[in-house]
Amino acid sequence: MPFEIMVQSLIYGIFVGSLYGLIAVGLSLVFGVMNYLNVAHGTLLMIGSYVSYWLFSVYGIDPFITIPLVMASLFLLGSLLYIGFFSSLAKFHSEVRIKNSLLVSFGLMLVLDNVAILLWSADERTITTSYSGMVFDFLDLRFPYVRLLGLCLASMTILALHLLLTKTYFGKAIRAASQDWEAASLMGIKVSRTYLVSFAISSALAGMSGALFCLSYAVTPVIGEAWSIKALIVVILAGLGRIGGVFFAGLLLGLVESVSVFFVGASYQEVVGLVIFVLVLMFRPQGLFTR
Amino acid sequence: MLEIDAIEVFYGDFQVLWGISLSIQQGEIVALIGSNGAGKSTLLKAVTGLLKPASGTIRFKGISLDKEPPHRIVALGVCMVPEGGRLFPEMSVIENLEIGAFIPQVRKFKDETLKWIYEIFPILKKRTKQIAGTLSGGERQMLALGRSLMSQPTLLLLDEVSLGIAPMMVKSIYETVKQINQSKQLTICIVEQNVQMALKTAQRGYVIETGRIVKHDKANLLLGSKQVKEAYLGLGSMQGDA
Repeated sequence: MPFEIMVQSLIYGIFVGSLYGLIAVGLSLVFGVMNYLNVAHGTLLMIGSYVSYWLFSVYGIDPFITIPLVMASLFLLGSLLYIGFFSSLAKFHSEVRIKNSLLVSFGLMLVLDNVAILLWSADERTITTSYSGMVFDFLDLRFPYVRLLGLCLASMTILALHLLLTKTYFGKAIRAASQDWEAASLMGIKVSRTYLVSFAISSALAGMSGALFCLSYAVTPVIGEAWSIKALIVVILAGLGRIGGVFFAGLLLGLVESVSVFFVGASYQEVVGLVIFVLVLMFRPQGLFTR
Repeated sequence: MLEIDAIEVFYGDFQVLWGISLSIQQGEIVALIGSNGAGKSTLLKAVTGLLKPASGTIRFKGISLDKEPPHRIVALGVCMVPEGGRLFPEMSVIENLEIGAFIPQVRKFKDETLKWIYEIFPILKKRTKQIAGTLSGGERQMLALGRSLMSQPTLLLLDEVSLGIAPMMVKSIYETVKQINQSKQLTICIVEQNVQMALKTAQRGYVIETGRIVKHDKANLLLGSKQVKEAYLGLGSMQGDA
């Protein structure tokens, strides 16, 4: 039944899309707050995947249990990367920040990717748990438990981030600093700290994406680049620096990619996102979800 | 309260302030006047820590501000209403005000201060949920003033509050400023191109030209002085005594 296949692939589109949204939110946060374009963002996902993988394969810890651990370690790594490589860019104005952060993070991506190859080899790694293949059947549609739980966790995390940014004083300070950092500092906000924490949160979100990623896909040291590009497409779809619509833009990309399989075939699936990317930049550069 | 001693400030290689010294006493309103590009706003940026003087010192209540970053200076009680308001345009009125009370020691009193701000500017209470970027020019300036007052400053710096808003609104804002000065004993430093308005509000004034203080006196005397009339009030020819 082609209809059922269609619905089934839409469901998978949502699963994949939630991962796109989760990885893109971090990229958007860093861009929105400090005007850094961190192309090493996908690399942080890769590192998160390996942290989860090693915790599972060496210590046998369940990959869902390790998510907080992965997030904590990526939060720490993100803080260190920010202090070491990105904090010095904060003195420039926004245009220079974009260019310089692009160069710095591209270099960082190359170095980290190669360090990962040296440390962990280029072999594909997968996590297989006792419940990996289990699916929830509903009207002949398949919902893998791993994916369902991943979708829930991703949505909850995005909701938590939203509440952090809109309801807490520190979150409001992050938003204030993103809109006018000079005025924010004149109101007593330590802008350098909001930058550091935003970058660390972004890394933690990339780490979480990594932990969810390795439950369903094989991990290699070079997946980072592809995920950086995916995240960038989603961020452009939602509108640069707009954190609000990013998760939905991620879901949208996931859905469009899954539907496009019917029309252009699986081999061109990756191209679809890039075509949308170019079209949005040409005709609606402010993003789909902005007024 | 504020003692500025011979500060020199540069933008890169370009020197803007040349050995400026001035002092502001507790409870007074002081106006800094001068033409465009004279260095008035630069002086305020140096006080708030956005720019650091190459030499000279700035002391507030005896504490040197030379090495303090902007957010620490706010915590010491110096708050500026920046030129153009510089609101957070995508945040609501109430969120802008909340950010004003960001420093921990005033956050405790946030609700009381907010009540007071709403009494001074009732229009802000009506606009609570409105996005700051959609306010009118005058409302924006009121919100900028309210936001700075939320930090419960002991020294308030106003940078070109009259810029781009209607004359009636300018008058009412300066009346409010004067009231706050009297009721709260709040020390205020006004930087203005609207010389008449500034000198009518202030008790003392300094005239800045090309980065130097060329004159300072009581505000009413400055307002009556030939030099100020000719240079800033466009009244030179009307005197007929040249």
